[in-house]
Amino acid sequence: MRYATTVIRLAAGLTALLGAALISAATQPTAEEIVTRSLETLYYAGEDQRARISMRLVNPQGKERRREMTLLRKNLGSSGKQRYYIYFHAPADIKRTAFMVWKYPAREDDRWIFIPAIKLVRRIAADDKRSSFVGSDFTYEDVSGRDVGDETHRLMGEENLDDRPVYRIESLPKTKRDYSRRLSWIDRKRNLPLKEEYFDARGELMRTFNADEVREVDGHWTATRRSMRDGRSGHRTEVVYEEVGYDVGLTEGLFSERYLRRPQRQWIR
Amino acid sequence: MSRHRLLGLLAGLLWETATAQAPEIHGFLQAHAAARLGGVECAPETAFDLPFNEQRLQLKLEGSGLEGSLDYTAKLDLLHDATLNDTDLDLRELYADYNTERFTMRAGRQVVTWGVADLLFINDTFPKDWVSFFGGLPLEYLKRGSDALRLDLYPDFADVQILLADFRKDRLPDSDRFVLPGPDISAVLDEPSELEAGLRVSRYFGSWDGVLYLSRTHYRAPALSQITGQWRGEFPRLNAYGSSLSGPLWNGVLSLEAGYYDSVEDRDGTDPAVENSQTRLLVGYSRQIAEDTTLGIQGYAEWMHDHDAYRRTLPVGFSERDELRTVATLRFTQFHLHQTLHLGLFAFWDTSDNDGYIIPSVRYAFSDALWGEVGANLFVGDRNGQFGALRDNDNIYATLRYAF
Repeated sequence: MRYATTVIRLAAGLTALLGAALISAATQPTAEEIVTRSLETLYYAGEDQRARISMRLVNPQGKERRREMTLLRKNLGSSGKQRYYIYFHAPADIKRTAFMVWKYPAREDDRWIFIPAIKLVRRIAADDKRSSFVGSDFTYEDVSGRDVGDETHRLMGEENLDDRPVYRIESLPKTKRDYSRRLSWIDRKRNLPLKEEYFDARGELMRTFNADEVREVDGHWTATRRSMRDGRSGHRTEVVYEEVGYDVGLTEGLFSERYLRRPQRQWIR
Repeated sequence: MSRHRLLGLLAGLLWETATAQAPEIHGFLQAHAAARLGGVECAPETAFDLPFNEQRLQLKLEGSGLEGSLDYTAKLDLLHDATLNDTDLDLRELYADYNTERFTMRAGRQVVTWGVADLLFINDTFPKDWVSFFGGLPLEYLKRGSDALRLDLYPDFADVQILLADFRKDRLPDSDRFVLPGPDISAVLDEPSELEAGLRVSRYFGSWDGVLYLSRTHYRAPALSQITGQWRGEFPRLNAYGSSLSGPLWNGVLSLEAGYYDSVEDRDGTDPAVENSQTRLLVGYSRQIAEDTTLGIQGYAEWMHDHDAYRRTLPVGFSERDELRTVATLRFTQFHLHQTLHLGLFAFWDTSDNDGYIIPSVRYAFSDALWGEVGANLFVGDRNGQFGALRDNDNIYATLRYAF
């Protein structure tokens, strides 16, 4: 059994190598390749990641709500599988609430929530890609990533955005989503999306994403300040990655019911 | 070990740790009131118009010591009950955790929640507060803490939980706030003094969570009997054995739970005061049906063993329960306005007794710290059923909470 797995992995590795060779042979990467690299940079950088995140939810009247959380992520090898863990520090009413996601590349994720008031771990229905993440303008999908194959991509051109050379890509979802067209401006060197615009079926601008600050952390380009603005309601969410670390040594065992109930203090500070 | 000794041990532990590091203090101020709908005859001692009118301050203290291997939590409610004109201290939780790589030990008053069912209980045999629940208090008040010593072990093959607890009874509706059918019986209650024990073993099977449960416990509602004119209530022994499985299905979550209730003191089913043995089964499914909208449904069956013996010994004048009781539930949840507005509906329908219980609710978060909820507890159907018996207690409620 172990032998068979190794062979398959080896084969996958070879294909990836061949793919890389083909890419370098071509002068211009395809839209799929650009999007794949940007998804990898945004959602898969390093073996693992720990971040202390502060979210500001601002309504059109300027009234603010805040979310303070720790995000832990681990990639399970190169399988595309990932584990996510999100622990809430504030506000006081939801302190100690924790989410856990086992993410799979080609099927629905497994998700759990721990509700501290009644000491309950509950599995939650995962078909919520379009749902808002804790009331913010980001969806669950924005937080934990989408698959390159969920959309068809077209390279619209190359230009400069705030003095950075970028690819402009148009992506159309293959199945029904909350948006029907997405434009992204992807940094040519750093592979990060610097801006995204989501449009509805009538071509109206629904949401705008901006990477407001990009820094290199542990060798990985990271959007340390990002924002999402709802074009129709004027509601916006600003996110600051206050502490970010890659390859910090998270183990797979951390992403289990045990630590959902009692997070390991070492990681949740 | 008596509950006083257990708490004493804990107080000592807490003192040790409290001196180690400054704790964090949080909590909330909460006002809650429920008004009865409709007018009926009722006993003079029953709070009629406003069966619930209370204000409480909850203080939550959390801290750690011994370089992180010891944690402690205290949750204390200072309660002013304007309905009963009473002021009370309610120790909701008070426990210390000792953590190591291989195990965690938790000692003290703690809330334990088992099972995968939603507001139906099979393997969760732990104490409940039905008074708070029927009065519309937030869900956390349905659970009462157990004074317990709990050991969680983490061998490679599974997570194992071993629990030793003092008995604590359910808080059941009484004539202080509820209009109940039948005569008002005041009974001398005899609470068990022996420790209860529980074992829970859980593990993942791929994307599925499988759990086994064993409880050596007691029924938490008293079995009443009349001895020489005096009513006495005892809490009969109960052994519960069960399992649950939950996992993904068609972009939703499927939950299965089963349990066998061994009614130790009435195994042949001939004692009308004591519940017969039962088998309980549950199938639940929930999924998101639209953006920010979730629907959950459950089907539940409770099969009474030795129904013939029960019928033979049922005293004259008591209405007979079916051998098979089936209940369906529905939960609808919808978020609006960036999840600041929650619409909720939970409904039970007992298809055997033809009665039901409907809980609509609307909650709005004015800010991160302040939320308010209005809702109702509506009991419908046959008065002989468990929900229908509460038909004179329909209420609308309002809760306002400021968290800090």
